[in-house]
Amino acid sequence: MVFLTRRATFSASHYYWNEAWTAEENERVFGRCANRNGHGHNYTLEVTVAGEPDAVTGFVVDLKWLKEVMEREVLAAYDHRHLNLETPEFAEAIPTTENIAIAAWRRLEPAVTKAGGARLNRVRVYETPEIFAEYRGEA
Amino acid sequence: MKAYFGRRYRLSASHRLHSEALTAEENQAAYGKCNNPHGHGHNYVVEVLVGGDVDPETGMVVNLAVLDEVVDRRVMGRFDHMNLNLDPLFLNRVPTTENLCRTVFGLLKDGLPAGQLEQVRVEETENNFFEYFGERS
Repeated sequence: MVFLTRRATFSASHYYWNEAWTAEENERVFGRCANRNGHGHNYTLEVTVAGEPDAVTGFVVDLKWLKEVMEREVLAAYDHRHLNLETPEFAEAIPTTENIAIAAWRRLEPAVTKAGGARLNRVRVYETPEIFAEYRGEA
Repeated sequence: MKAYFGRRYRLSASHRLHSEALTAEENQAAYGKCNNPHGHGHNYVVEVLVGGDVDPETGMVVNLAVLDEVVDRRVMGRFDHMNLNLDPLFLNRVPTTENLCRTVFGLLKDGLPAGQLEQVRVEETENNFFEYFGERS
């Protein structure tokens, strides 16, 4: 089994807000991230797939194909968007880095599985170079 | 649903690699320049990975401010801009980055909710790093 990882970047805005809470509670828990005017990040999406290298090509997957899948399934929806206002999965869920990693997994997994061969192993999302979250498909 | 949250912290400290169990020549052979009597320093990066269920109310595995507070209090406050050899935890243990990594893991494990700490990575320079996941049975 070989693990292959590809990176891509996207820029998006968001804010953290739980509608069930008062403004004071939101500000206490989320701090500056609760500013309803939003703020933005340069995110890095890191996608890892796992599989055996193909006997003929030596590829786990074709990197160009993986790049296209990431662009079509994730970047087309998130890049230069306001995540709270423009993506259906964050109409309710808060676009924390954890939830973005889970949502990106859900967007990518069907396409990777359908292609056969390699399996999606890990999705890691960097919000800044110092802060990241990842999802490994666990329940 | 289990997810992971990671955070990188910068820590500058000095150390000297020297073992009392070795002769001066053996120390020199084992540690080379790192055995220089007056020590030297690094800009370490400490990468902390925690795991757990995503809280449906906050969308978070851990609140960043809470994690920062634990790391600041238990690790940064203790080691940042310090001489590692002088810390009681390194009195009888050479402050290699392997040992620093395990020590940081232990300090954070005791300060975080049970089962939350997944991994500590310590990068000593851009070209070397060490990871510790705890002891697994």
